[in-house]
Amino acid sequence: MDLYTISFYMFAVLLLGSAIVVVFSRNIVRAAFALMITLLSIAAFYVLMMADFVGIVQLLLYVGGILVLILFGVMLTNRQISVDIREGAIQTIPAVIVTSTIGGILAGAIWSTAWPMREAARSVAATAPVIGEMFLTTYLLPFEVASVLLLVALVGAALIARRERKS
Amino acid sequence: MDLLEPIIKIAVVLGALLTASAIVVLFDRKFSAYIQNRYGPNRVGPGGWMQSIADVVKLVMKEDIVPKAANRFVHDLAPMISITVALTTFAVIPFGDTIPLFGKEYNLIIADVNVGILYILAMTGMGVYGLTLAGWSSNNKYSLFGGLRSSAQLISYELSMGLSLIGVIMIAGTLQIDDIVRSQTGYWFGWIPQWNVISQPIGFITFFVASFAETNRLPFDLPEAEPELVGGYHTEYSGMKFGLFFLSEYANMIVSSALITALFLGGWHLPFAETWGLDPLVLALLKIGAFMFKMFIIISFYVVIRWTLPRFRYDQLMNLGWKVMLPVSIANVLATGVVMLWLTR
Repeated sequence: MDLYTISFYMFAVLLLGSAIVVVFSRNIVRAAFALMITLLSIAAFYVLMMADFVGIVQLLLYVGGILVLILFGVMLTNRQISVDIREGAIQTIPAVIVTSTIGGILAGAIWSTAWPMREAARSVAATAPVIGEMFLTTYLLPFEVASVLLLVALVGAALIARRERKS
Repeated sequence: MDLLEPIIKIAVVLGALLTASAIVVLFDRKFSAYIQNRYGPNRVGPGGWMQSIADVVKLVMKEDIVPKAANRFVHDLAPMISITVALTTFAVIPFGDTIPLFGKEYNLIIADVNVGILYILAMTGMGVYGLTLAGWSSNNKYSLFGGLRSSAQLISYELSMGLSLIGVIMIAGTLQIDDIVRSQTGYWFGWIPQWNVISQPIGFITFFVASFAETNRLPFDLPEAEPELVGGYHTEYSGMKFGLFFLSEYANMIVSSALITALFLGGWHLPFAETWGLDPLVLALLKIGAFMFKMFIIISFYVVIRWTLPRFRYDQLMNLGWKVMLPVSIANVLATGVVMLWLTR
């Protein structure tokens, strides 16, 4: 086994192990920390696939941005005694239906897709300019739709926050 | 794969960075004493210049006190995150041109990453964890306030920090920091160096201000505002764990001064040095010296401003971040785009 394979399996174990902790941990703070390890391992996978841009963006957005906000919320709420936060298994039947549906769709997509492999992917080449050009030419419409979606979410969040302050 | 070269580079840079942190701590204390018309540390060594060594020895020998109600694991983890982030950020900053040694050219950068700028932004984003977790795990209300303030502050200023770099990226056309430095080595009209500070003055100012907020230096040191929060996020830390927070603050200061030098002040570029006809080795060493000199100027600015301006109030901090810095840096991106379009027509 070379270094590449060893690190692949190391991160795979880390990823799956921490993901299991996220799902099954009854301590919400511990789950949030395990999520950090999960997201970091995903970034490591991108780096192993030589997708440097995606790997760094994963760090920047998920670990450095979104998870900070999740931790923020968890830390501020988990010491509240008056509010009962349920941390166990709730709504088992709807959860099974939703997850099995999504899991089925994902599994179908994975099985039906042809996965072309190429050796050249192990060389370090700048991916950022290619991605940027693709976003502004071939994939302009999805790119713009995604940005409009984010804008809608932003306006909606501001609206909800404002309304609560008035009442 | 030759592993020896990166290991030697890491050892040299790490040693230099830690030594420089100790020197900057002392420089800060001496300079503040000069500003406030007092002596400052003057007992240990000649003129007090050994004070930092004495301080480190003291911190190492001190007892490590962990509060009973603290989360032990996270309490230990937080200073590690802080120092790791502070030290690893330097990996992508070039501190000199190629240097000819033993008949081979060596790049004076540890990791010449394609997405160097994004790496630095991601690392500053990770730095939030050290402070926030320290504040939360101590189980102390002052620590928690400090941790919360640091998260809010860092998230707010990260945006304008990233946006103020877009102008630089647009001019250089790359995310690789070494290439950005090289793009600044030309001259306009044959005598003005093409440093980004001249073509991107607004980006320079917004980045400089944001770097104060990211390094928690006065006037942005709300996470540890000692008159209000005892010691902020590190109230419950003692011994070397406190020492690591202290060290990472100064290491962050050095790293951001190096970053400002590389991105806006032409990095290791010494104007007109290439026309002096010097030996390549001497020229390479001179360029490292130029880089260090520029860093020293920026660090002096940090120190002077720390002892000049009072601390912001929390709402002033947020207003400045969201209502001034963010619009100004977005306008800067727009203006840069328009000017570049106009120039290339």
